[in-house]
Amino acid sequence: MTSRSASQAVACPDCDLLQQIPALPPGDKAICTRCGCLLAKKPLGPKDLPLALTIAAAITFVVANAVPLMDLSAVGRSASTTIVGGAYEMWMQDEAITGVLVAFCAVIAPGGYLLFMLTLLLGARRTPPPSWLGEMLRWASHFEIWSMLEVMMLGILVSLVKIAELATVAAGIGMYAVGALMLLFPAIAVTFDARDLWQRIEWADGEMPPAEPVGAPVAEPAA
Amino acid sequence: MTPALATAAQAGLVSCEACHLLSQPASATEPGFCRRCGEELEFRRHASIEKTWALIIAAAICYIPANVLPVLNTTSLGVSEPDTILGGVAFLYSSGSWPLALIVLVASVMIPLGKLVALVYLLLSVQRGSVANSRDRTRLYRMVEFIGRWSMLDVFVDTFTVALVQLQPLMSVAPGTGVLFFAAVVVLTMLAAEAFDPRLIWDPSNPHRIRHG
Repeated sequence: MTSRSASQAVACPDCDLLQQIPALPPGDKAICTRCGCLLAKKPLGPKDLPLALTIAAAITFVVANAVPLMDLSAVGRSASTTIVGGAYEMWMQDEAITGVLVAFCAVIAPGGYLLFMLTLLLGARRTPPPSWLGEMLRWASHFEIWSMLEVMMLGILVSLVKIAELATVAAGIGMYAVGALMLLFPAIAVTFDARDLWQRIEWADGEMPPAEPVGAPVAEPAA
Repeated sequence: MTPALATAAQAGLVSCEACHLLSQPASATEPGFCRRCGEELEFRRHASIEKTWALIIAAAICYIPANVLPVLNTTSLGVSEPDTILGGVAFLYSSGSWPLALIVLVASVMIPLGKLVALVYLLLSVQRGSVANSRDRTRLYRMVEFIGRWSMLDVFVDTFTVALVQLQPLMSVAPGTGVLFFAAVVVLTMLAAEAFDPRLIWDPSNPHRIRHG
């Protein structure tokens, strides 16, 4: 195959300005000349680093959900909660919608993101990557927006401080797992190059990815 | 092909929102589907201004009960005490953890309000066809998009307080109605930011105006 790293025309997603993206050295990124939006990046590190980080995050995610986040003890009584336990308690206390939202932002969205990323990173090892990976990538980016583990972490810390006034509270192993995920999620995002995958992927219309950068193919007419 | 500063729309091209492939639209009214990823192509997000306005207005309405109604009800030895978001901030402040009080105040009160004001400003400036400060307005939009999730903070604080403090009959905490409205504000403003199309900020700066689909 001929080099596909030649410069390519893109339109800035934030201001629609047409510009060429030059071949980037590793660790470099290209930003829009007009509005400063990030257009492309060439991550440092080995090609399989995002996959390794995603596997690590998936294992940590299972731990974070399986063990208690924190324990409380007061006058001989004790209680503990997991992430799902928090959402379930909201559901039981007549705040079903809030409970579902918490479960979505703290469990379903991050879990779905990891699942889709794992599938697509494994699938991306095939040449050419099959076109259904595009669908996975779209789902992963939707879930990424609603995955709020870092916000939850801060929320738990605030609630610990509030409760500490009334009872003895201690962080459980789940908290450390969530803390690790707070670092792993951005690490995946930074090392994963979606643009590179899109350039290699098999096209939805059944064509092979073009060896040379395309000018502008004609879109398929609406059905 | 095109002069140095041309947009895709000016060049008659449409950029896929999912995979960013540039395509020549099948027709000007119905651009069709991206050949690489199959996503429906649009020059600009469909009915962006109307949708964003609708979501902002809904969020602004929910913002009032979110701050007035209690988010938590603490029952201690039979005595029940409601707690609003600002009450929670005051509690954190008086118990000596003012940094946390400040974080909750910023995340729960100032960020949602700031997002609403910022989006209204962006919409009005786009509707007036303003060409000034386009770069700053785009930056403001990106900040709104980035910071929005942090308003969810108080929902998580309330959830885990409720989940942990269940020591009946000694002391228990139940969620209040305010928390639902508060969650609605966060979700609606996040959806509003997603519905807004930042490319509209730049369209008046480009010589040939294009239609907003």
